[in-house]
Order: sequence, then structure tokens, then C-alpha cells
Amino acid sequence: MANLTLVEAVTQALAWELEHDDSVVVLGEDVGINGGVFRATNGLQQRFGDQRVIDTPLAEVMIAGMSIGMAAQGMKPVAEAQFMGFIYPMIDHMVCHAARMRHRTRGRLHCPMVLRAPFGGGIHAPEHHSESTETLFAHIPGLRVVIPSSPLRAYGLLLAAIRDPDPVVFLEPKRIYRQYKEEVPDDGEELPLDVCYVLRDGSDITLVTWGAMVKETLQAADALAEQGISAEVIDVATIKPLDTATIIESVAKTGRCVIVHEAARTGGMGAEIAAQLADAGLWHLHAPVKRVAGYDTVMPLYKMEMQYMPSVQRILNAVNEVLEVS
Amino acid sequence: MSSNVAAFNINHYQFLDPAGNLVGNNQPAIAREFDKLVDYYKLMTLTRTFDKKAIALQRTGKLGTYASCLGHEAAQVAIGATMREEDCFAPMYREYGAQLYRGVKMSEILAYWGGDERGNDFSGPQHDFAWCVPIATQCLHAAGAAMAYKLRNEKRVAVSVVGDGGSSKGDFLEAINAASAWKLPLVLIIMNNQWAISVPRSKQNTAQTLAQKGIAGGLPSIQVDGNDIVACHWAMEKALDRARNGLGASVIEMITYRLSDHTTADDARRYRDNEEVDQAWAREPLLRLRSWLESSGVWDDEQQQALEADCVEQVNAAVEEYLALGYPGNESMFDYMFAELPHDLQAQREQALKELPAQPEGHH
Ligand SMILES: Cc1ncc(C[n+]2csc(CCOP(=O)(O)OP(=O)(O)O)c2C)c(N)n1
Ligand SMILES: [Mg+2]
Repeated sequence: MANLTLVEAVTQALAWELEHDDSVVVLGEDVGINGGVFRATNGLQQRFGDQRVIDTPLAEVMIAGMSIGMAAQGMKPVAEAQFMGFIYPMIDHMVCHAARMRHRTRGRLHCPMVLRAPFGGGIHAPEHHSESTETLFAHIPGLRVVIPSSPLRAYGLLLAAIRDPDPVVFLEPKRIYRQYKEEVPDDGEELPLDVCYVLRDGSDITLVTWGAMVKETLQAADALAEQGISAEVIDVATIKPLDTATIIESVAKTGRCVIVHEAARTGGMGAEIAAQLADAGLWHLHAPVKRVAGYDTVMPLYKMEMQYMPSVQRILNAVNEVLEVS
Repeated sequence: MSSNVAAFNINHYQFLDPAGNLVGNNQPAIAREFDKLVDYYKLMTLTRTFDKKAIALQRTGKLGTYASCLGHEAAQVAIGATMREEDCFAPMYREYGAQLYRGVKMSEILAYWGGDERGNDFSGPQHDFAWCVPIATQCLHAAGAAMAYKLRNEKRVAVSVVGDGGSSKGDFLEAINAASAWKLPLVLIIMNNQWAISVPRSKQNTAQTLAQKGIAGGLPSIQVDGNDIVACHWAMEKALDRARNGLGASVIEMITYRLSDHTTADDARRYRDNEEVDQAWAREPLLRLRSWLESSGVWDDEQQQALEADCVEQVNAAVEEYLALGYPGNESMFDYMFAELPHDLQAQREQALKELPAQPEGHH
């Protein structure tokens, strides 16, 4: 059994599917001999050949459009956008075609593709390399949006995403690509999509988050534990469709909720979660729901990027505010 | 029945060969304008000195990821030298030689790669575009700038640079198409340095040249030796004149070589042979110009040494300036979002100034 980082778990999942499903192809810029700029496809072209792991010309629209074409004709393309900052031209194809192919053809054609991209800040990257704009995809009917936050979940969720018969946008939190290793059995076992993962049980407050922010949120929960406050931590994992039931069940127990995300505050997934709580969880709530999020500004270049992103302190401030309400 | 309805050919131009000899006939006058050539050589040397220092700064943790311009100096300086102040430059991310000519400061280039937006607020022509990381998008901004000049009857030209990789993107092809449809005062340069990170030129497509993409869109297009400053200068002047005189846009493919890693975050040894790099060094741009200047009797070892010392001094001064820049201040996250800060951001700004440490941890 291998001890893997998150990015290595991505590679292991890709390798498993390439090995076991001939219709899977991996394509993107620099995914071949270079193994991807983050090494997420490291060694795959050497192992599976350049007809399965395909270096593309530099053209995102082509990558998205052709993935849709291949998917509709019986293949399972796993396309990579090198960074989320370069995914935007692909949105045209994802919205106008991938997301609605099954629906508009009444199921005659469908689109079993995965669009992978590393996202998020905190690695001192250049301009356009650090944004978190997952909500753009979550807003589109017909797309699944999945974000792993641990090596195990990266492996299991990516397998599930590739096997899913519909398009999945799979966003990888690159700040925690190499944060720690864990045992990831290479058994081809997928993890369920469309559900939240409760990372830590607690009774006083529910902290809801996803992606790299899981790190700060767990740290905040540790700090709270030292003060005798018991925080439940939920990794949303699939941000669309949202597993509202698990979140509401938790809030039914704790009565309080703080949502943490790196993406800009307005219209972020935190807003949707808060709306779901207002709708179906209101009578469980003892205090207002708070969001700790990126500001509604352009993601700063790296000198200031950590100021933009929710810190443990900002999470604790919000928790304290929520706990003060009696 | 069939008849030939279109024919084209792409010429490759070189005037200064890798050994530093003038070759061919019809050599442009610039080949013997030694005052200018010496100036260009000086700036090419400064550009290279700067580049080396920037990489060293990154390696010692004083700079973020940096995209080197090693090997592109002739092409870049030729672009900077032939453009007029009122023309508009829309660069990609490594055209420092052109930008230094236009007045951008080395400390500003460092600020940008040092994670500080103030780097984008650079000196030089204030209408120039900032660095452009989303590949090829700058081509359309340049086309738009050219459209603005055309609509206002201004004798100005927009110039953009795109890579061999970037030439595969729609943005570039759409810029060609628009420039052809509207006869825009635009010069599109394909800086073909043979690599797009790990993807070689041969994997972008099987076209014999990238210049011919311009022909397909209806623009006169040529290829030049991008390591030959004489050829680059000549091609730029021709294209700029044409555009300025209302005759429309052109495409110049400059053949050069990325002698460095793609950026400091890249390790080119993973995907390309040293042999190829060694061969490319034999065609690099500085040495051939120096040879030409020396054999023409306008340059010698003493001047070379003085130049090298001067470049190091200038670069060191720029580094000092960069390192003294300090932290931009948390409020700067908000203050340039809109002409006037809307109420929602006003509230977030207040909260940020209250809840954030004045500087991130570890900043010095
Ligand atoms: C739209 C877009 N896709 C991907 C990237 C990531 N990326 C940065 S540089 C680069 C290769 C560019 O190659 P080329 O156009 O030849 O220019 P060069 O870097 O060689 O000068 C890639 C893929 C990007 N910046 N923008
Ligand atoms: Mg290139």
C-alpha cells in the first residue's frame, strides 16, 4: 500500500482507470513526458503511451471542445486545464454543450468527461494562477463539481468522477497537493460523489468547508477544542450537487454554522449553503450563519495572497461571534 | 476544370549570420548604422545581465516564479527600438528587452514577479498593456488598440507578441482575421522559441511555418532569424511603416530559441536534449552582434568589460530598489477595484483593515 500525497493520489487514480478502462484518455498541455506542471500525470505517458496520455497544442477551447466530441463518441476523456485561471474559455463548451448534451438529445448522446484543474492560492504563483472560481461551474445546471481535500478522497473521488456517465469538473486544491501523505490503497475503489464528508464530530458548532481551506478549518477546530469548544468539521467535497442533508443534520445538533471558503464572498457556494440553512435549517439555528471567505476583490499577487484567504484567526473570529449569540 | 486561385510563399530573412558575418544582398542600412547597433548591443547585454540576476534572486527566495528571456534579446530589443513612443505594446510575459527600451524599469519587472501589483504600474508609455499571462489574449487587445487608433485617425500602431504555443489559440487567429477584415494598424509577432513549456514546436501542428497562419487570414507574413537583430529590426520597420501608412497589419515569425527553462518553476531537462540546447547556443544573438561590431572596428574587449561592469551596476541598483519596495498595504487590495469604491467593498475594506494583520506573517 502506498503512502501518497494528494497529487500522487490523483496520478494513481488516473493510472488505475487508464489500466482498467480502454476508453479513458488523459489530455492536456504538458501532461505527457513532462508529467504535468504539478506532476499530476507523472510517468503516465511513459507507461500508457502517447495515444492514451496526449500532449495537446496550446489551446484550451480545443481541449474542452474535443473532449466533448470524444466523450459523445464513447470515450472517457480526462482533460486538464493547466491552471484554473486558464479554464474560462472552456466554459463556453462546458455550459453550451457538456452540461446539456444528455438533456437536449433526450439521452441519445451524453458526455462522460472530466475536466481537471488545479486551483486556489497560497503557493506564491504568478498572476492568474491562484483564483478559486468553482462557483462559476456550480451555477451551471448539468455539471457536477467535485473538490477533494485529502489523498484518499482525491483517489476515490477522481475514480468516481471518471466513471460517472456525466460531465464532472474536478478541481484540485494545489496548496495541499503535497501537504501530507497518507495510505492510499490502489484498489480501484471509488468514493461516493454527491455527499459531504464529516471529518470531525462536534457538538457546539458546525464548520463547513472544502478544498485547501480544510487545513485552516481543522486547525481552527483544534484551537477551539483547547478552549473546550467542540466543532464539527464538514468537507463538502461535491459542491454541486450539494449534500444539504448532511449539513442540516449537523446543524440540527450544533445549532451554529460557519462556512469557510477561499473564493470571493458574494455569490460563493457559502451563500448557497446559508440559503439552504435558512430554508430547511432555520429552526435548528441558535445564531446567524457566518461566512469566512475571500474578499470581493481580484485575487492579489503573492505578496498579499495570504491576506486575501481566510486565516485560522479569521475563522476563529467568526466562530466567536456566532458563539456569543445566546 | 480547375485553376489555381491562391498561391503564397513564405520567405525567411537573415542578414547577420551566427558567426557575425553580414550575408545576402540588399542588406538594410541598419546593418551599418553602428551608433545604433552599439546601443542595441548594450541593451541586449543589460537584458541578459538582468535576466541572470532575476533567476539568482528566485533561487535565493527573493523573487517568485520568473520567466527568463535568455536567447530572445535581439528580437526583443529590435521590437523596442523600432516602435515609437505613441505606438502601443501588448507583450506576453518575457519581452523585457523591448520593455526596457520603452522605459520600463528593471525594478518594476522584479516587482511584478515578486508578487506586487505595483510592477504592472510601470514606467514608459502609459498606454502600453501590462504583462499578459493568459496565453494569446494580448493579441486581441492589440487588435482592439489598433481599431481605436484607426477609428480616431491616429497614426499609431499596436504591436503584440505571442509564442509558438500561443499561435495555436483562437485569440491569435481571430486577431489576424480582424486585422485583415479591418486593415488594422497592427503588427503581430510570433516569437517562435521552439518550445511551449514541454511541448515542442513540431507538436503544435505540422505547418511548415507559423507565419503562414497570417497568410491564411490575409496578412502579409514573413519569417526572420529572431537572433539576428538586423533582420528583426528590418522586418519591424517594414511592418510598422505599412501599418502606420494605413496599409494594414502583418505577421512576423521570429525564429529563436528558449535557452532557459520555461520559468524558474520548470526543469527543461525532463523533456529536451542538452544537445539541442548546445546547438542553439551556437546561434544565440549577442555573440554574433558583438563579432560584427568587433570586425567592423567599433567594439573591443575594453569596451566589453566596461559594459559588463556597467550592466552589473545598473542591475544591482535595480535590485536594491526592488528589495526596498516594501509591503503594498492591505488597503491596496481594494483601492483599485473601481474608480470609486462601491459600498459593499467599502464595508469589506473596513473589515479587512480591522481583522487583518498589517502585513502577512513572515513579510520583510
Ligand atoms: C491560456 C493559457 N493556457 C496555459 C497557460 C500556461 N502556460 C504558460 S506559458 C505556456 C507555454 C507558452 O508557450 P509559448 O506560447 O510558446 O510561449 P513561450 O513561453 O515559449 O515564450 C503555458 C502552457 C497560460 N498561461 N495561459
Ligand atoms: Mg514558445
